[in-house]
Amino acid sequence: MENIELAIIGGGSAGLAAAISAYDNGVKNIVIFEREDRLGGILNQCIHNGFGLHTFKEELTGPEYAARFIDEFNKRGIEAKLNTLVLSLSKEKILTYSNSKEGVTQVKAQSVIFAAGCNERTRGQILIPGNRPKGVFTAGLAQKYLNIEGYLVGKNIYILGSGDIGLIMARRMTLEGCKVIGVSELMPYSNGLNRNIVQCLQDYNIPLKLHNTVTRIFGKDKLEAIEICDVDDKLRPIKGHEEIIKCDCLLLSVGLYPFNVLLNQAGVEVNMKTKGSAVDQNLETSIDGVFSCGNVLHVHDLVDFVSEEGTLAGKNASVYIKNPDRKISCIVNVNSGNNLGYVLPNRIRVTDDLKEVTFSFRVRKPIKKGTIYIKDGDAIIKKQFKSFLIPSEMEHVVLKDVDFKTFTELTVSVEETI
Amino acid sequence: MSNEVIYDSIVIGGGVIGCSIARYLSRFKGSFLVIERHNDVGDETSSANSAIVHSGYDPKPGTLKARFNVEGNRMMENLASELDVPYKKIGSITIALNDDDLATLKSLKERAIINGVDAEFLTKEETITIEPNINKNIVGSLYCKDAGIISPFSLTVSLMENAMDNGVYLKLNTEIVEIKKEGDVYRVKDQNGNFYSAKTLINATGVNSEVVTKYLEEPSFHITPTKGEYILLDHFNTQWVKHTLFMCPSKVGKGVLVSPTTSYNYIVGPSATLTEIGDTSCDADTYAFLREKAKNLVDNIPYFETIKGFAGVRANNDREDFIIEESNKNPGFFLVCGIMSPGLASSPAIGKYVSELVKTKLNLKENKKFNPRIRPHKNLLEMNLNSYNALIKQEPDFGHFVCRCEKVSEGEIEDVINRNCGAHTIRGVRKRTRAGFGKCQGTFCQLEVLKILSKELHIDMKEINYGDLGTNILISDSKEEK
Repeated sequence: MENIELAIIGGGSAGLAAAISAYDNGVKNIVIFEREDRLGGILNQCIHNGFGLHTFKEELTGPEYAARFIDEFNKRGIEAKLNTLVLSLSKEKILTYSNSKEGVTQVKAQSVIFAAGCNERTRGQILIPGNRPKGVFTAGLAQKYLNIEGYLVGKNIYILGSGDIGLIMARRMTLEGCKVIGVSELMPYSNGLNRNIVQCLQDYNIPLKLHNTVTRIFGKDKLEAIEICDVDDKLRPIKGHEEIIKCDCLLLSVGLYPFNVLLNQAGVEVNMKTKGSAVDQNLETSIDGVFSCGNVLHVHDLVDFVSEEGTLAGKNASVYIKNPDRKISCIVNVNSGNNLGYVLPNRIRVTDDLKEVTFSFRVRKPIKKGTIYIKDGDAIIKKQFKSFLIPSEMEHVVLKDVDFKTFTELTVSVEETI
Repeated sequence: MSNEVIYDSIVIGGGVIGCSIARYLSRFKGSFLVIERHNDVGDETSSANSAIVHSGYDPKPGTLKARFNVEGNRMMENLASELDVPYKKIGSITIALNDDDLATLKSLKERAIINGVDAEFLTKEETITIEPNINKNIVGSLYCKDAGIISPFSLTVSLMENAMDNGVYLKLNTEIVEIKKEGDVYRVKDQNGNFYSAKTLINATGVNSEVVTKYLEEPSFHITPTKGEYILLDHFNTQWVKHTLFMCPSKVGKGVLVSPTTSYNYIVGPSATLTEIGDTSCDADTYAFLREKAKNLVDNIPYFETIKGFAGVRANNDREDFIIEESNKNPGFFLVCGIMSPGLASSPAIGKYVSELVKTKLNLKENKKFNPRIRPHKNLLEMNLNSYNALIKQEPDFGHFVCRCEKVSEGEIEDVINRNCGAHTIRGVRKRTRAGFGKCQGTFCQLEVLKILSKELHIDMKEINYGDLGTNILISDSKEEK
């Protein structure tokens, strides 16, 4: 069995950044495993602009953003195995992968970075009642058909869910001459970025119905119509508020979740709130030397942060490879408190050189004026005011100039200021 | 009309029953045709059921159900091996929640003895030992070691494939609208005005069997289509539930079950509501009902692992038994109708029995070239690594995995397209290989599958259907003139 230093699973934005960063930190024997025939991941189908404002201070399209990283990757001569699926990963960091050239092959890695991205939630997962005709697609699949292959999957479109891909596709399908009838969002607020609501819906007079959902799908073989309905505060459909809408295509933008199956099967501890892995501040999972980053860890709203996380994972993997027997003084668990959907990291492995920890979290509901608290038991360690917190935007808070060794268990929470 | 082919037998309906009859008929020398109205075999009840090979303790002794269930169960292991169909004899546990249930189980055990089925009582503790996640409020259970699970998709498809390997013809997208008897010959007309003639006619049209019978004679039975809705969970843990778990049956039926499937998914269902033919819609209320009922079987079912909900329609009938007989008004017209649960388990025995009725009727000779086996599928999970790698060396597409949820290779998809009764739709590939059956429901592989279908069948991607005719996924090029 071949030995390598670092295996990176996934050649999208997280994996590319991780590879470049690990290389620049001295790891030369790196292989990226990518199931598609090219690097770049989902960015390749995101032909709209708006990527890279943080990283490059300019607005790039998805493929342009990916190209910048792919160029850097290629300059370093790092190996990428394309059209290659990793079939399994063991606790001993043995990867079993397959492609048509090598067959089913095993390789042992000193360290593994898992960067396999996320899945879109499907119609089946949210159990929309009614028939099961063709014509119901996740927004991302419709995007791939259109932007990569040049095909349309419908002409009269309705969209469920105001996630960013749904909003982007509302504009995209409109530009292709389709009629986008409207967008329903279950929650009383949108789950997409504000700029997308304005630029993708309002600019094209596409109505957004909040507190509304699709309650039935009609059509035996082909989608013929849907029933939408307002919902009450408990998100239950309100009788008498139904409306039938004729359409030949329903696009779903009802959430993304980490495609974490490989790590689950390897027995990595799962963060039940994100459904990604539980990690420490170095993005290291419960298996030593196995790191997770990008949308397979938790779903991001901006690719810039995915790249940042990949960069961090690459750097930390290089540290691990050079010195796998680190001295850890203690482990401090981190919990998500009031109003938080989740928080990362899930634990802090305290080492002597630990200077700071960045926490990432999402609020569970919009909060106009809030205070972010980091507490150790009842003791407030950090307090930070913040206005306009919304579930669709990931928040970050940095904790530094503290002695992490003294903490027992940290809780991050947001309290509403009225 | 003079040069019209007269088949020895036409089987109307390409569900698991029709395909089984066709397969067993192909053991005899003759000309046989299966007519199916959908774009693939097994698209109705046969692909939307519990996927259970019942042991046969439940049907009333002396009924056709009891006979064919028990016989079918005994045949299934060998048949599954011949046809390379995923099958596992995992055993079933029927739970009792109170003393009344225990009394029912006692009478079921007596039935089991009469039906010739192995069944034993387990105490609460014994049950929990073999099924640790079972509801702890049970008071005991009836365990049947011979119950099994099977892929109903593979079974139906492979029965037809094997039938065709042995010379049976299949006509898809053909709906019978008229049946006439002219002398000793049956003539059936399809929706396009084409005629097909045969010496014997077999009505295996499931939920539609009353309607189809009516084309020729007044039916002596009545079908009451009964919808069963299900929730399908992902294969998150192969050890979560190890047996098929049944509620204690009541007058309404066998009730809701929780069971692993052959792909280690878990199925929760079915409901039982009267409906109309063709109604396979699902309801939010029913999903809630299933969740409530299933609590009696297993604690804390992880519904966040839900892949999808689906529904099938069972051909329940007013005789409350299978209808398997030659019409007394029209000799040579065989009714194989109202095959409800346990139809899947009974399908091999029914197929064999009906084929022998036809054989006797027409005095058919043995088909000495009959090969009971299909060409085995080439799947990584079922082969050892060395032979799989040897395969990849010869056919590299087996090394390229297209469906990451279910680990399906490009080679495997090409293989199921290029067989008798091969896949030619997205749904057809899914039924045969599981590509697109996983958690992502094809979000990642549907495009690839479309491309492979287009390449192998030499047709434009826009012509590839999801399922039935006219369900093409891609409706136009984005750049074509609007």
